[in-house]
Amino acid sequence: MIIGLDVGGTHTDVVLLDKKGLVKDVKVPTDPSDLFNTVLTGLEKITEDIHHREITRVVLSTTLTTNAIAQKKMTRVGMIVSGGPGIDPENYRTNGNYYTVSGSIDHRGREIQPVNPVEIQGVVERLMDAGIRHVGVVGKFSTRNPDHETTIGSILEDSFEKIFLGHQVSGNLNFPRRIATTFFKAAAYSAHKAFFESVKKSLDKKGFEIPIYILKADGGTISFEASIDYPGQTILSGPAASVMGATVFAPENEDVVVIDIGGTTTDIAVLINRVPVLEPLGIEISGYKTLIRALKTRSIGLGGDSAVKVNDGKLEIGPERLGPAMAFGGPSPTSTDALSVLGLIQNSDREKAVQGITPIAEAFGESVEKTASMIFDDSCREILNQVQDIVANINSKPVYTVHELMEGYQVKPEKILVLGGPAPYFAKRLDEMSDFRVDVVPAWHVANAIGAALARTTCEVSLFADTGKGLAVSPEEKFSNKVNRNYNKTEAVKDAGDLLNKKALQIGASAEDFEMEVVEHIQFNMVRGFSTTGKNIRVKVQVKPGIIHGYGSISIKQGK
Amino acid sequence: MLQTKNKTGLVFFPAFDWAIDPTHPEREERLLYTQDQVLEEGILDIEGIEEFKPELVTVEDVQRIHFCVPDVQSVMTESHFISAGGAKKIGTVVLEKQVDNGFALVRPPGHHAMRVVHGARGFCNVNIEAIMLEYLRATYNIKKVAIVDTDCHHGDGTQDIYWHDPDTLFISMHQDGRTLYPGSGFINELGGPNAVGKTLNIPLPPNTSEEGFLYAIKEIVLPVLDDFKPDLIINSAGQDNHYTDPITNMNFSAQGYAELTSLLKPDIAVLEGGYSIEGALPYVNVGIILAMAGIDYSKVKEPDYDPVKIRQTADVTDCIKQTGEKVLTCWQQRERLKKQTCESNGFEERTRNIYYDTDNISERQAEKIRICAECGGAIRIDSSSDRGYHILAVHIPAHACKACRETGYQWYDEKNKGFDMILLQDRTTDQFHERKP
Ligand SMILES: [Zn+2]
Ligand SMILES: [Zn+2]
Repeated sequence: MIIGLDVGGTHTDVVLLDKKGLVKDVKVPTDPSDLFNTVLTGLEKITEDIHHREITRVVLSTTLTTNAIAQKKMTRVGMIVSGGPGIDPENYRTNGNYYTVSGSIDHRGREIQPVNPVEIQGVVERLMDAGIRHVGVVGKFSTRNPDHETTIGSILEDSFEKIFLGHQVSGNLNFPRRIATTFFKAAAYSAHKAFFESVKKSLDKKGFEIPIYILKADGGTISFEASIDYPGQTILSGPAASVMGATVFAPENEDVVVIDIGGTTTDIAVLINRVPVLEPLGIEISGYKTLIRALKTRSIGLGGDSAVKVNDGKLEIGPERLGPAMAFGGPSPTSTDALSVLGLIQNSDREKAVQGITPIAEAFGESVEKTASMIFDDSCREILNQVQDIVANINSKPVYTVHELMEGYQVKPEKILVLGGPAPYFAKRLDEMSDFRVDVVPAWHVANAIGAALARTTCEVSLFADTGKGLAVSPEEKFSNKVNRNYNKTEAVKDAGDLLNKKALQIGASAEDFEMEVVEHIQFNMVRGFSTTGKNIRVKVQVKPGIIHGYGSISIKQGK
Repeated sequence: MLQTKNKTGLVFFPAFDWAIDPTHPEREERLLYTQDQVLEEGILDIEGIEEFKPELVTVEDVQRIHFCVPDVQSVMTESHFISAGGAKKIGTVVLEKQVDNGFALVRPPGHHAMRVVHGARGFCNVNIEAIMLEYLRATYNIKKVAIVDTDCHHGDGTQDIYWHDPDTLFISMHQDGRTLYPGSGFINELGGPNAVGKTLNIPLPPNTSEEGFLYAIKEIVLPVLDDFKPDLIINSAGQDNHYTDPITNMNFSAQGYAELTSLLKPDIAVLEGGYSIEGALPYVNVGIILAMAGIDYSKVKEPDYDPVKIRQTADVTDCIKQTGEKVLTCWQQRERLKKQTCESNGFEERTRNIYYDTDNISERQAEKIRICAECGGAIRIDSSSDRGYHILAVHIPAHACKACRETGYQWYDEKNKGFDMILLQDRTTDQFHERKP
């Protein structure tokens, strides 16, 4: 059996699953100031009558690192950045102890200006004086040639506790994002490590010596042990768990929109044949764009607890949340109160809800019921607008070949899956108001935790070969191989696939869940003068986000 | 955090799967390193820079400008529809005010493509700036437009298309035609009788460097633009003036291109040539994008950049100054020159041989224009090629006077034997007609 645990803003969902389906689910309140305790309480409750030998894996989806970043509870780190020609890296300053140094590498990975060890030594002294223990080192084009980063890293080695090199955060090109990602990785390292070590320790104490996995922002998982070295990957924002929950129940060979309606926000994502669409490069955290792989989601400030008011004769729903709905003892009217007025929510104090909606109804000179309908419909309309927008956004993603532009896949979803608190009411109304077939995700109240439990381990590998230079490299994987002139795209895909397989197993994937997808493979003849001097090959492969092997039947059991 | 001064739109379409042939300068690899540099610099993430996906132009978009022989599909590949569509997209987002300015970083290029197209010349099949501009004119309320061509080669295609248009000021600065393809673009090429002075050519001597280019912009181009007061400035932003370009002989740089761009302030820039794919294009393109967005570009330099090494000689400086004086004189005398030509009331004719170097086609063209003080004038083109096609093509400009419109239809309706096709661009109704001879 496996456990999935998803820490939410107000409560934490925990599920226990076997190969046939949901065995048990519990909800515990989230204590944002003590996530450790929240997680442990959740795990204790779900395992109350279960023998620990029966549990084979635990997947945790927490916003620990995200919170640490948002609350600025991060370790102080030093950053050493070398740019060379181009935009001044001073523009990408992440923190106080941020030093730009000389040394540069060009787009083909050739050294233009060497590292100056004396200059680096000077920075070392200043960082040490500042009491810094963790340092990030990032160079432009280090994913093409990591030599400068490793050179600087070896100068730092003896003076600091932990060094984070930019080429190890991602194989993608994007210097500013590499800087931010390396910074977050360095800054989140200690908090992440301490938290999960104590979770592991207390589980061990209780006799649960089971593999712990952590859900990542791309809807995939990573083993706890591997995550120590990839703390950035566990920065979770948005609804990865919920989207993976919907994936479990999504139909094959179809584009599907997933809508997760929460208390303060509604999150929208898109699945293509049960695989979520990812951000092209990565998520944005605290205003910094990163290379942390993530699901493409759209978050709107419109949820069950969104405050409803009249402003300048116009109805306004959200984005702020002033508290729970009046129907549940809150201070001011919310979307949920509208549902309560309409008699859609059992166990709610309808009278209180009516009281809340009444002033709004009076402002419009309408009945309370009609006003409640208006609030509900406005919310649905806004959600549908945003659905249209995210689909258009995915389809307008620029492409760089004639073939892709002419034949590229266009997302055309006809189905929506809804989950989250008020899912059933919204699903019905969204269905009435649109051309979509709208369904509620079975087990919609805990589908997020199910999604976390069943998410497959994912990763990505980029490989870059230049047969003119006789090299195939994947610096992120510490891979550099001599290749001959005949090395080609097919061989490059195979090499990248081998690296991916190795990496996936290393970070916790099981062999049966290794499903590789070639994201990019492109080969250019390099011509100088009138003769071909080599081939320039770029390959990117990934493990497709999806559901672990053996749990497919859950959808049959739970599905309608 | 970086923030742009202007909101800048970008269409990037490197056509990674299209080449004229595998070792041709216009091959798949051309914008590969530019893409690397643009992605690594994180330019597409900068607040205020927005990337757009190109559209495809339609056959009607192309027929506003070109007479394609035997038809549009035969002279264009999918990549040409996209490249022109990239320019069209940028033009659209600029005129829709979604952005303040925009750069279509697309290939294949277009500025050697003339009004009649029998094939490819100078790596160009159709004129992507003209297709964009005439779409914009048909859709939005713009009249006066300046096209400034800063490619190293004379923009002879664009010059041909706008030769008779008094509302389009075409300025080309390029390496002297006596020393480089296509061998045209001399000071005395000033436009047709109805549009004298609306074509200006600034031939620059080989080895012109930053000083010379920036002089030409500041002292010649900008004063003329100030005078003309265009609604829109388009830059045909070729990058083959670079000191490392393999097919030209100039000494321009990324810093120079960026400064030129910030001086010229084009509303729309469209990539043309540029074949130093590793040493120049990555840096020049980053420089141009930053300049358009109004971001500091002072550190965008080629790894081997040495301004002293590429500095131009005093002879070059003198030569450019003299050219500048002559060009400005022509510009100042344009009204008088036009009056002289329009007095003759009637028609002017010219015959030309046009060689399509890329496709090895020879065309023989006889062009006749109605001299008209009121509009651009109806144009009649009799064109035949050594591939055996013989066409009659008639163009009626958008703001044609009644007489020119009638003349155009007379030519189109005339009984004529010996033509394979008879074609009419009636821009007054924005329609293209074709009739059996
Ligand atoms: Zn050129
Ligand atoms: Zn006329």
